[in-house]
Amino acid sequence: MKANRFLLGDYLVISLGLLLVVYLFKTLWHSEHAAKIQVRQGNQIVATLSLNQDRLMDVVGPLGISKIEIKQGKVRFLSSPCTNQYCVHQGWLHHQGQTAICLPNRVSLELLGSQKSYDSLNY
Amino acid sequence: MRHLQIHTTQDDHRVAKLAALAIGLHLIEAVVPSPLPGVKPGIANIVTLYILYRFDFVTAAWVSFLRVFASSLLFGNFLSPTFVLSLSGAMMSLVALYFLQHLPRRYFGPVSLSILAAFAHMLAQLLLVRFWLIPHAGVAYLVPIFMLAALFFGLINGVVTNILLKRA
Repeated sequence: MKANRFLLGDYLVISLGLLLVVYLFKTLWHSEHAAKIQVRQGNQIVATLSLNQDRLMDVVGPLGISKIEIKQGKVRFLSSPCTNQYCVHQGWLHHQGQTAICLPNRVSLELLGSQKSYDSLNY
Repeated sequence: MRHLQIHTTQDDHRVAKLAALAIGLHLIEAVVPSPLPGVKPGIANIVTLYILYRFDFVTAAWVSFLRVFASSLLFGNFLSPTFVLSLSGAMMSLVALYFLQHLPRRYFGPVSLSILAAFAHMLAQLLLVRFWLIPHAGVAYLVPIFMLAALFFGLINGVVTNILLKRA
């Protein structure tokens, strides 16, 4: 029986494949998926919600209503009455420890996992 | 009234025999337990790849689709999400092979095609899962595992195809 030989391109594909798999592990496994979010207005916790249930929530702050959307295990600021819209531009969050904050309206979202990342948030 | 006659050609017979082989392999593979749903050796793909080298792309496509349809009928999951997953994986890997078959044979053998087609297969299935079956961002955590399985089994299937091609 003839010996089974890999061709040059085969080695290339195998190496690139391994690199791809390693890259995928490094980027997609780097942090825990958050299970719930904590919504704060001012210094108070307004709600602690599970990421597994899709919902829209309104949070009333000094400037108006910030809308928070949870969908498919991710959360974002859907809209906010602030002028800069930095909070909305944060986009979707789903890793434990991530936060999105609307400073003008004093609304913040923090994604929680098993460990708490920040001891407290103050304005 | 004359009876209806279907005239079959040599090609038809060949496709039928190869499809039967692929279906058989797929059924046998169902006996092997899998650590995670979706992680399978995919040995029926060896037949597809072998046909691509020994015959042509069209025959390989025929056998591939016949295997998907016939197996799902035999398993009783025709038109179920399992069937859709199987079909989308087969289609994507065939599309990949359609282009990959033109790679220079001097440098790229069945192993390369097998691995890359396996990646295409897995990608199609992951997309289907993420956007239809389990629309949750957590699916991202499955991606590396499935791609590793695709690399591993793609490599093995490619080696087996290589051995078969060299024997006959």
